Amino acid sequence: MDVSKKIKILVVDDFATMRKVIRNLLKQSGYENITEAEDGVVAMNMLKSTKIDFVISDWNMPNMTGIELLKAVRSDNELGSMPFLMVTAESLKDNVVEAVKAGVSNYIVKPFTAEVLGEKIDKILENIK
Amino acid sequence: MDVKYINPFLEGTIEVLKTMAFVNPRPGKPYLKQNNLAKGDVSGIIGITGTIKGSLALSFSTGSILKIVSNMLGEEITSLNGEIRDAVGEITNMVSGAARKKIEAMGYSLSASLPTVVSGEDHSIMHVLGGSNIVIPFEMDEGPFVVDISMGDPQ
Repeated sequence: MDVSKKIKILVVDDFATMRKVIRNLLKQSGYENITEAEDGVVAMNMLKSTKIDFVISDWNMPNMTGIELLKAVRSDNELGSMPFLMVTAESLKDNVVEAVKAGVSNYIVKPFTAEVLGEKIDKILENIK
Repeated sequence: MDVKYINPFLEGTIEVLKTMAFVNPRPGKPYLKQNNLAKGDVSGIIGITGTIKGSLALSFSTGSILKIVSNMLGEEITSLNGEIRDAVGEITNMVSGAARKKIEAMGYSLSASLPTVVSGEDHSIMHVLGGSNIVIPFEMDEGPFVVDISMGDPQ
């Protein structure tokens, strides 16, 4: 098995069903080590207390949005270089620019296939090697 | 309502369901609808604002949505539970996003509200604009569903 497939991925989305959908797509791409958080606040706590290798986060969430989570991660001394894939329902130019400025590793627009998701993750991991 | 808005929603619906749920719904002939009654057992509705105001609703029969969500989750779902409602909201959101992207390519600027999900026998779909709206019927082996659109004139 490809070593990169063993990474621990944190899926952040306020909809439990969407977390399950992404989990299902990740499994189809060969990723099995997956954990979940329902918003940015919970995700940040998990990132501080658990070893996570990769974050996939929705943009629109209550309490702490995806972009707020990204900014919090990037400004944290220990988590600053965490690979971060942002999920959005639309490719709004302003959102993309904001995410890139905040240091997002890449972004993916819903709907997406397991293949596209896998390619995005592989590309991010390739860039940090 | 201008018929040029039909194709973006038709194509957006097929694109979303094909990508996320691996199904190929067959579109039927669009028609005008005058009342608020939903065609399906569970519906998602989302408001659209910007240079064109309107709303979009997707209304699924039980058979069609059970198949769609089962495929999306990779496990068999047998009743209209909370996961189905969540998924209908998310599908509505994604279809709206895919259709808006196509309409924006015509030169308009659009955004959307958060989707609302309604279920139950004879529930109604209240479009933002009122009046008549266009329905695109779809067929799947497991049952039908419709895409119900109401779009105003550009402002």
